[in-house]
Amino acid sequence: MPNTIHIKAFGMVAEKIGTTELVMDHYQDSEALLDALLVKFPALKTIKFSLAINKKLISNKQEIPENAEIALLPPFSGG
Amino acid sequence: MPKSLYYHPFPEDKMNRYERQIILPGFGIEGQVKLRNSSVLVIGAGGLGCPILLYLAAAGVGKIGVVDGDKVALSNLNRQVLFGEKELGKNKAETAARYFQEKYSDIKWEVYPEFITTENAQEMISGYDLIIDGTDNFPTRYLINDACVLLGKPLVFGAIYQHEGQVSVFNLGENVCNYRDLYPKMPSASEIPNCAETGVIGVLPGIIGNLMALEAIKVLSGFGKPLKNKVLFFNSLFSQTYEVEISPNPEAQEAMPASLASFEIMDYELACEGIKQLTWSEAMKKMNHDVAFVDVREPGEMPPLECTGLIKIPFSSLSEQFERLEDSYEVLFFCQSGIRSQNAARQLQEAFPDKKVYSIRGGINALKTN
Repeated sequence: MPNTIHIKAFGMVAEKIGTTELVMDHYQDSEALLDALLVKFPALKTIKFSLAINKKLISNKQEIPENAEIALLPPFSGG
Repeated sequence: MPKSLYYHPFPEDKMNRYERQIILPGFGIEGQVKLRNSSVLVIGAGGLGCPILLYLAAAGVGKIGVVDGDKVALSNLNRQVLFGEKELGKNKAETAARYFQEKYSDIKWEVYPEFITTENAQEMISGYDLIIDGTDNFPTRYLINDACVLLGKPLVFGAIYQHEGQVSVFNLGENVCNYRDLYPKMPSASEIPNCAETGVIGVLPGIIGNLMALEAIKVLSGFGKPLKNKVLFFNSLFSQTYEVEISPNPEAQEAMPASLASFEIMDYELACEGIKQLTWSEAMKKMNHDVAFVDVREPGEMPPLECTGLIKIPFSSLSEQFERLEDSYEVLFFCQSGIRSQNAARQLQEAFPDKKVYSIRGGINALKTN
């Protein structure tokens, strides 16, 4: 199995990247992945979102395990 | 618990109205008594607030407070199921409480027909065991979160965007998380639109509101396991859920007001939007000064506003006409509802960081109703 990252996008993030699921090459840590995402999808620069690695929210730079699932989680305001 | 409660918990009824909850294994009379002795404040009686109120009242929460300064509009009726055509123009909190007072005689209601602010939040929140946030904008969500943290109140949180929703329980027990752990950076309204701008099928807030009501019942009765330090995402298009664990983030908490005194003077709209918002009466006081007063509505939006010195620059051509505002140190924008004017203000502020730029809250719509 090749070493990849499985991206799950929610809300406005899914809208900006045009899909809810995406497979990408592996990146060493969360910062490198974010940089790559912003290059690939410049529209992401205009919104804030949180990031979870294997269903755990991260608050700082973190290593990405092999074949991790990464969730891109924007805030919702509606009610 | 006193033993007598087991025998005559709700003596006014022969066949108890809560029978089906009381016979439920694990909930029982203990759970029901806890609900009855509980108080809940529901902030926002809109798409989320309506189902929350319906099910908390039906379940028998002893005291329910409802906060909403908004009036029922026709476009609300696809999801705000407590209201009908006869209630158009009426205050939502008052209308909701009246609906339940006719249905159930055993629940105490407190009605706050106003929006929550840093000035009234403490008084509203401190009298309740649990707070539920069913509001519709980021500044209010951070405001409620911070007030609950400072006052030590558990908070059931829920929000929606188009086909998706998120639910969590903040500030419950020890080693707890709150909204700032999940979203440390305050977003602006222009990043993430709300229902008024992007639309919603009424069932989605119905589902998310019901999940919130369920979390509230779990917290109050001790039944089941609340979504503490977890966020549940729900996607209505694919009927999928996704659960994420959250943990306390000390860095994010540094942005929290340190005390109730600093909470009271915090401007949450300014913190989210980066733009100071003014009411019409605050704006009028500025009119005597040398301030550019700019209508960014497109030609033809009603009602037109005419006054001396008024500058009209439609939002669609704003950036090409910045030079008309070059000489004004203070600039005050308004539009129909207050959203485009915030955008306009932000754009001008970015181009001219030294200017004092404002947006009028609620736009022309707020002028009509005041």
